[in-house]
Amino acid sequence: MERRITISKSSIARRKIINHIMLGLCALSVVLALIPLALIMFYTVKEGISALNWDFFTHLPKPVGEPGGGMANAIVGTLTIVGMASLIGVPVGILSGVYLAEFGKGMFATVIRFLTEVMSGLPSIIVGIFVYTIVVKPMGHFSAYAGAVSLAILMIPTITKTTEELLKLVPQTLREAGLALGAPKWIVTTRVVISAAAKGIITGMMLAIARIAGETAPLLFTALNNRFWHQGLDQPVASLPVQIFTYAVAPYDDWHAQAWAGATVLIMMVFILSVVVRVVAGGGKFTVQQ
Amino acid sequence: MQRHDDLIMTEEQTHSDNTSSTPPAETGVKKSDTGQHDAPTKSERLTVGNLGVAFSGNSAIRNITMSFRDGKATAIIGPSGCGKSTLLRALNRMHDIIPTAKVTGEILLDGENVMQMDAVTVRRRIGMVFQKPNPFPTMSIFDNAVAGLRFNGITKRSLLKEVAEESLMKSALWDEVKDRLKQPAMSLSGGQQQRLCIARALAVEPEILLMDEPTSALDPIATAKIEELIHELKTSYTIVIVTHNMQQAARVSDYTAFMYMGELVETGKTRSIFTNPTKKQTEDYITGRFG
Repeated sequence: MERRITISKSSIARRKIINHIMLGLCALSVVLALIPLALIMFYTVKEGISALNWDFFTHLPKPVGEPGGGMANAIVGTLTIVGMASLIGVPVGILSGVYLAEFGKGMFATVIRFLTEVMSGLPSIIVGIFVYTIVVKPMGHFSAYAGAVSLAILMIPTITKTTEELLKLVPQTLREAGLALGAPKWIVTTRVVISAAAKGIITGMMLAIARIAGETAPLLFTALNNRFWHQGLDQPVASLPVQIFTYAVAPYDDWHAQAWAGATVLIMMVFILSVVVRVVAGGGKFTVQQ
Repeated sequence: MQRHDDLIMTEEQTHSDNTSSTPPAETGVKKSDTGQHDAPTKSERLTVGNLGVAFSGNSAIRNITMSFRDGKATAIIGPSGCGKSTLLRALNRMHDIIPTAKVTGEILLDGENVMQMDAVTVRRRIGMVFQKPNPFPTMSIFDNAVAGLRFNGITKRSLLKEVAEESLMKSALWDEVKDRLKQPAMSLSGGQQQRLCIARALAVEPEILLMDEPTSALDPIATAKIEELIHELKTSYTIVIVTHNMQQAARVSDYTAFMYMGELVETGKTRSIFTNPTKKQTEDYITGRFG
């Protein structure tokens, strides 16, 4: 008894059509996703370009009614707060991710993993209020520290999750290869596993930083704002998102233009940071053999 | 029947090649070569007693008692799922990293209980080559070759260079890579990658080398190179090789162990296992009646 499995010409033709339709839908989705991005970039730059000049980067805001002035203090403030938040959030996030992927077993790890997932869905304004309660109230005033803590809390779950997922992608055979050479587990983890996933982890870190750089709500409760250079990290400090918010809701046209300029600068900062980190970290290639 | 005859032919040819190419190793063994494995002798570096491995309570191998001789290659053969790799991985404590695995019985390395030794020390002395080539993807050829040394804290450049060249020579890869040591290991072909992995394992100077189907992912040419290599290596290392390929077992090993359903059916000199097996199951397997 011979059985032959044949595929009819019409079904092959149908497959080809479906293939083309799906491919078209994929391309369409990419375009749809990119349209808002392109529009935002274009519109922000278009509206902000008139206020974007050297003064914008070097001068403090002028009082209402006086033309000119800039957001130098807010640019520095954002860099400071985001930098400090990264100093707290990146190590904690990466180390927790490494723990969950490589060492965490049993109930404790399960609980941590669950809490991380819950935390990544936490509304940022809640984090702001939380930090207000545990940092701002006891200190008695708003500060750059409080702002950094709130942003760090927001970035930790993202970094933890991406680190864990990326380390899990590293093939088990690489760990075995390292261990079989008589290397202790911590060396295998740092020199083999993390190094194999480094590029992805850095990308995850960048995404987390980019996400918190534009956060406004938590800063309203923690770093507040400051129309002048801040007088220390334990003092209220200006930041681009809060400054943009303040200027955008004000009834003055020149402030609106400056808000757009601030938004342009914020986007550019994130963009440049991504490019620089990508170039620097370009060496750590991740190749999985399948 | 035809297949059986072929096997014997292959085995005998290889065997005669063996004895002519490695006479010192042969004469070094005082024990009468009857295929008996009960009485431990000086030449037995690694012995396994009543070894069992279970995963989540399901026994994978049990009652394994055998020994591996110094300066000899021992092949472990058997059908898929019979526990060959499980046995091999027990020898250098690889099951430690699997939380559900439980190893019982004893493994003695020069009389010392492997199960009670520090796992890292065990693995320094018992190296391993895996089924699929697994060079470290972020490292260059050179860095892969000396990775084991670096992991153990050796940083002296001249020493690293020396060892890299030596182990790449031993694994018969040196001539192909000597001008491109800085290139990524992943730029090598599969067979070259596997020889790089062997070099990497040799660089830390293990006493015993475990090979888990080292040629199953390779083409015949690369396989031939690696088999040749095993012949060279067994003069100075104790080699344990797991293989699906009976011809390969016959070609490269001095001793063969046949496993079936998690148990050791028979072990002895490769020649006698292949020409005159004492157990029916062994005969059935090597004649191709099952497996």
